[in-house]
Amino acid sequence: MGKQSTMSVSDIQLRNKTSFKQTIQNSLTMAYRGLLKIRRTPEQLFDVTFQPIIFTLMFTYIFGGAISGNVQNYLPIIIPGILVQTVITTSIVTGTQLREDMDKGVFDRFKSLPIARIAPLAGALLADTIRYTIATVLTFSMGYVLGYHPEGGIGSVVLAGLLVITCSWAISWIFAFFGVIARTASSVQGISMLILFPLTFLSNAFVPAETMPNWLQMFVKFNPISHLVTAVRDLANTGTLGWDLIISLTGATVIVAIFAPLTVRAYMRKA
Amino acid sequence: MKSDYRMKSENVKYAVEAQGLIRTFGDHRAVDGVDLMVPTGSIYGVLGPNGAGKTTTIRMLATLLRTDAGSAKIFGYDVEKESQIVRQLIGVTGQYASVDESLTATENLMIFSRLLGLSRLEAKRKANDLLEEFGLMDAAKRPLKNFSGGMRRRLDLAASLIAQPPLIFLDEPTTGLDPRTRNQMWNTIRQLVKSGSTVLLTTQYLQEADELADRIAVIDQGRVVAEGAVNELKESMGTSSLHLSIQHTQDIPNARLIVEQVLNVTSAVSPEGRMITAPMTTADRVTDLLVALREADIKLAELSVRKPSLDEVFLTITGEGRGENLTHSNHKKRGII
Repeated sequence: MGKQSTMSVSDIQLRNKTSFKQTIQNSLTMAYRGLLKIRRTPEQLFDVTFQPIIFTLMFTYIFGGAISGNVQNYLPIIIPGILVQTVITTSIVTGTQLREDMDKGVFDRFKSLPIARIAPLAGALLADTIRYTIATVLTFSMGYVLGYHPEGGIGSVVLAGLLVITCSWAISWIFAFFGVIARTASSVQGISMLILFPLTFLSNAFVPAETMPNWLQMFVKFNPISHLVTAVRDLANTGTLGWDLIISLTGATVIVAIFAPLTVRAYMRKA
Repeated sequence: MKSDYRMKSENVKYAVEAQGLIRTFGDHRAVDGVDLMVPTGSIYGVLGPNGAGKTTTIRMLATLLRTDAGSAKIFGYDVEKESQIVRQLIGVTGQYASVDESLTATENLMIFSRLLGLSRLEAKRKANDLLEEFGLMDAAKRPLKNFSGGMRRRLDLAASLIAQPPLIFLDEPTTGLDPRTRNQMWNTIRQLVKSGSTVLLTTQYLQEADELADRIAVIDQGRVVAEGAVNELKESMGTSSLHLSIQHTQDIPNARLIVEQVLNVTSAVSPEGRMITAPMTTADRVTDLLVALREADIKLAELSVRKPSLDEVFLTITGEGRGENLTHSNHKKRGII
């Protein structure tokens, strides 16, 4: 300890509030930590690597003929659908990993540091956007290989990708909330699947809603996932920025506005 | 920053002032009205058996756990209302190393340094300095999975020292370490205090508290059952005791009788049945006792006079008032020796 002299209490600039700038810095540092962890354990990326490839192949060839007559005509419908479904499903992992992470001693240290309370959560969620990006790029690439050539052009496709990533990030706050309040990682997985499975399948992601019974059409119409899927289709296939885009972004904002404070509060209480 | 706080007074007498801390988990009152006053610049030991409430107390003082009742101040700042200030004044090293398993030692220290507001360059320098001081330089680039328990603890302590906090909480810093690493840890802790820190450490080992602490609080079942300087505690136990080993076991009942008659006290026999223990009020009487034993032709193997060890102090204190509490009968039994 020779060289390390201790700060005397009066040397330290003490403040009881965390500034906005510090909050951003802390969150970015925590995101960096998340990226380091992904780099150390690349097997975490199995799901985002193989799910887009397998699902795209599977659904395209199973439903293609039945719904659109042939695979080629089905691609503009299914690729945005698969994209939304895959990336949003991926965001469940955020919750389960957060649960596992929080059980480790290192979270105690984060809590004892004078950092923004939200930083360990925000950082973890931010780092996971890398996973959504991988899944997005792979789904579009897979579509391209199968013969999907979106008419909206590369710019619109990139925008569509960003939209899906943003919305998934927003939705991951819901799963982060479960991650904080649940007791085990597997229960987080269970609850999250239970919510997402009907939401993604009872939408227009795979099948046009018109073929469904009326009561189901109602549900599909109001399902936020449907709006996101339509927004992505509009962007990628025609390059239009429509109502569905606004609805999707509004929905994402509302989710973050509700679940980010809820999650941070639950996280603090769990302390 | 607009809302800069300054120390309320330049020299704060107490690093920790806790009054009536209570924390309940379900029906179980883990901490049941703990008072603690830790003088600035000292090593303060919180001693107690497993499950006594040591860790819960530390977690409340370190802002990791809310208190159900009572108040705690760190250098005059309230742990609940001014928690973010308190966090700038403390370092916490937990019972289980609170570092990231999948990252390397350098990466861990870098991340904690960055979180504490150091620039990338400063963080790098800080990490290197600390790794060198704690003898972890060779392992700096290895993931912690391959670290020994001792190395992990050292890294954990290093991480607590990044901000050079004036108060450091060490929750059972040497539990599970081998004697050599434990001694290294002790030296590190002593040096910390020399450099001006206050250290609050919990331990189950009396020897550790005896070696390190200036003052000790003994906690049992969520309450402070004794508090004071180490010597005061030992003295409060009163007199020294006389230990006699008898060569032939068959002589023991006879020898015991003589001891009790001559010294006018009640004696005890160790479970192995070779050692008679008796309190000793005046040293003069020992001569009479030895003469009496020789006259009875009882041969001694060994004779010693011992001051009460902290172990005895501890076991006596925590053994009291337990009634028929079976879960702790283990301690009681040992307390009789």
